[in-house]
Amino acid sequence: MLSVVTFWPLLVCAVLLLLPRTLPDRAYHRIWIGATAAELALVGALWAGFDTGGGTQYEQRARWIPGAGVGYHVGVDGLSLPLVALTSLLFLAVAVFSARERRRVRSYVCLFLFLQTVGTGLFTALDLILFFVYFDLSIVGMFFVIAGWGDGERARAAAVKFFLYTFLGSLALLLGFIGLYLAADPHTFDIVDLTRGNPLAGRGTYAGLVLLAIGAGLAVKTPTVPFHTWLPPAHTEAPAAGSAILAGVLLKMGTYGFVRVAMPLLPGSWRQYALTIAVAGAVSVVYGALVALAQTDFKRMIAYTSVNHMGYVVLAVGAAGTLAGTDAQARSLAVTGAVTQMVSHGLITGALFLLAGVLHDRGRTYAMDAYSGLAARTPRFAAVTAVAAFAALGIPGFSGFVAEFQILTGSLASQAVATAVALTGILITAALFLTALRRMFFGAPRLPPTLPDGALTDLRATETWSTGLLLAVALVIGVAPRWLLDVVEPAGRTLTGLVAR
Amino acid sequence: MNENLTALLPELALLGAAVLGLLTGCWLPRRRQWIVAVLAAVACAAGLTATAVTLATGREQTVFSGAFAVDTATGVGRLAVLTALPLVIGMSVETVRNHPRETEYWVLLLLSGAGTLALTGADDLLMLFAAYLLASLPAYALAAFAKDARGTEAALKYYLMGALLGTVMLGGTALLYGAGHTTHYRGLATALPLAPYGLVAVGLIGVLAGLLFKAGAVPAHFWVPDVTEGAPVPVAAYVTTLPKIGGLIAGYRLLHQALPGSGVNWPLLLAVVAALTMSLGNLAAFFQTSVTRLLAYSTISQVGYLLMALAVATRSDLAQKGLLFYLLAYAVTNLGAFAVVAGLPRARALTDYRGLAARRPGLAAVLVVCLLGLVGTPPTGVFLGKLEIFSAAVDGGFTWLAVLAVANTVASLFYYLRWLGPLFATAGAAPAAAHAVRGRTAAATACTAAALSLALGIGGSAVLTLAGGPLLP
Repeated sequence: MLSVVTFWPLLVCAVLLLLPRTLPDRAYHRIWIGATAAELALVGALWAGFDTGGGTQYEQRARWIPGAGVGYHVGVDGLSLPLVALTSLLFLAVAVFSARERRRVRSYVCLFLFLQTVGTGLFTALDLILFFVYFDLSIVGMFFVIAGWGDGERARAAAVKFFLYTFLGSLALLLGFIGLYLAADPHTFDIVDLTRGNPLAGRGTYAGLVLLAIGAGLAVKTPTVPFHTWLPPAHTEAPAAGSAILAGVLLKMGTYGFVRVAMPLLPGSWRQYALTIAVAGAVSVVYGALVALAQTDFKRMIAYTSVNHMGYVVLAVGAAGTLAGTDAQARSLAVTGAVTQMVSHGLITGALFLLAGVLHDRGRTYAMDAYSGLAARTPRFAAVTAVAAFAALGIPGFSGFVAEFQILTGSLASQAVATAVALTGILITAALFLTALRRMFFGAPRLPPTLPDGALTDLRATETWSTGLLLAVALVIGVAPRWLLDVVEPAGRTLTGLVAR
Repeated sequence: MNENLTALLPELALLGAAVLGLLTGCWLPRRRQWIVAVLAAVACAAGLTATAVTLATGREQTVFSGAFAVDTATGVGRLAVLTALPLVIGMSVETVRNHPRETEYWVLLLLSGAGTLALTGADDLLMLFAAYLLASLPAYALAAFAKDARGTEAALKYYLMGALLGTVMLGGTALLYGAGHTTHYRGLATALPLAPYGLVAVGLIGVLAGLLFKAGAVPAHFWVPDVTEGAPVPVAAYVTTLPKIGGLIAGYRLLHQALPGSGVNWPLLLAVVAALTMSLGNLAAFFQTSVTRLLAYSTISQVGYLLMALAVATRSDLAQKGLLFYLLAYAVTNLGAFAVVAGLPRARALTDYRGLAARRPGLAAVLVVCLLGLVGTPPTGVFLGKLEIFSAAVDGGFTWLAVLAVANTVASLFYYLRWLGPLFATAGAAPAAAHAVRGRTAAATACTAAALSLALGIGGSAVLTLAGGPLLP
């Protein structure tokens, strides 16, 4: 079942490549929406059949390359199922949003279908090499999205920087995986076996080095300060749909790696270096928010708030590794908050990046100074953006509040100072979103000089639907989060137990 | 004494086809010389069948007084050579069609291929040297096949270096013989630990010099860029792929079989050579503007990764299967990239590839697979090879080398992307003439190679298990 969910988009992609090239763009687009909707339905069926207290489910295990200790092992639990669902939802939104894409639609659709398989595959992988394969392929896919559909030479430079930087991270990750592989007896890359065996328990420096390699690899992808410098150019140059996927799905691969690989497989070292991790998280929160505050470019600003939001996740997983001065319930709360934050950030920031794409589509620039008084001209765009911005700054009623509340409550007891520092991040984020809204939507009407007067169109139906869908789910999670938390909490408790052993 | 000739069927098939081809070629009209190419392909197929039978039925043996071992390394080496050779033949077809010396081309290719096969199985220093000569001499002639200025210069450089390092290798053989009173590896393994340290060290370095020349490793790499650029593209593909298979397997066998107990610290020596090779190869490749030169330096850096397995030959169980699998995967991936270059005779500079994806999506896709494959992106075969070799290096206590290899891999991505990026450029594409294809065969060869590279990555399990078998003493 999981393999069907994973490879369905790739199958559609293969079929599309076999179809004659003369097919109109509209047909490709229709098929794409149909495929992603079907995928969402499949994931819905997965969710419906998921037993919240049942641990890892839909498991499938096959021999793949036994000679190298690699197997095809997939399954979902409370940590991964929400992210699988997020992936399918985001790709549907992106498919609907991309109705107006006119450049090489066939390749575009295929690339996104490929990325969907990669994203879903990564969140279901229970083998380190399988995980790594998807991790690496996500970089390759996103490279082509940025280089092929970004704007000109600058996009290509940003794509190369993105590829080189994140590839370095992925190879550091691979070295860490090799360290785990060699420590296990018999040698294996299987995550479940490694979790059970805990081969690096009591291995001191060796375990520390393995955690360093894995941690650095994941931190690049997350991204955590100081490994975040690839993110702003990549986001700025990527097309809107690419940015939404990059922020919504690809960044999650880093944070998901922490809860899936680093914490359960290296519990001893994780506890030992928990303070460092929590501090890195708090620094990311504040630094990301401060740099975002200084931006004049709307999309760059959202990119930096991603650094801020991912910082909360890192803070939470760090706090979950601190045993002193806390109890299992608080640590489990922090983990649950971290997973909720991943979902929440995917929904809200995904929507914000799509809206930034709308802005660029209309005015050909992201510079906030170029716009003023948009609320009067484009009321729907202003309203949706305002809702997304409020959701992103963590206002109660949206998923961001639920997530950040859990993270801060769960982390306060064990990492009081770091949590207190991180709390200021919320204030700064509020300030920067409010400032941005005021600058762009209120005041005297002003448009970029490149834009002929009167040519400004409000949100189109596809744009409203795609962003509205994401924000609606964020709202549902914010108002009635139990259906999500019921899935995440048991897995969070299990993980906390694994880290504490 | 075992003198079972059937054990040497693949070698004999290539040699027989070479002799038969030469005789046939003398009587064939120029436009029918393609028959010799078919003969060569049939010989490869026969050799592959014989190899498969040997591997499947487990007929490992040593023949001719133990001078030649037919075991796991030989088996997988034959598999690699006999898979790579038809790919080289495929990409050559259009280059040499109706050439006045077409027959000679195929015959030289077969002879050199037979020499490479002999290198992989040599279990004796004298056999090793004979194989070295058989593999090298036809390759010198092939490098100058076009008889143009650059080809002649390349061949001269290739020949002079090969002759010099061949002499050094012969000297090393003499010293090791003096130290161990035998040229057979099994005898050397027992005798060398008792022999004078200096004698063994100098002798080993001498023999390794020849093998590093074959593999194109630093400091014997100077010929690689010139030959790759000066010789016809299929010949360049040949000399950057097959001799590496022969040289590295021969080196592995020598170190693993003849010197496991000697006091010489060759693991460190090999580790340093590996580190230098991968780093220098990558650094030199960075700002190349010619695709053949870029590929030449890329092959040098690949040898660096492969040498990591030799450094830990006796220290990790993963070294052998890593080396053998990587060689096979590298061969098909590298040949895929060269086949694209051979298929686009007018495109020689990186800028000529601008906008290729729109005009020739198939060839562009092959380049993406092969170049990313050379980087080691999953799911290509080289990824699995790299995984095994990196694991072997960490396992063998050379973690620093594995870290350096990772850094080099990222660095190599930079120049591969300099080539890949412009493929998809929409503005300012190169003139259509630059993207004129030579013919169907080269393109088909490129696609086959890329498909093989992917197949090895996804379904390489069987080969990997095979490559883990023991070596015969």
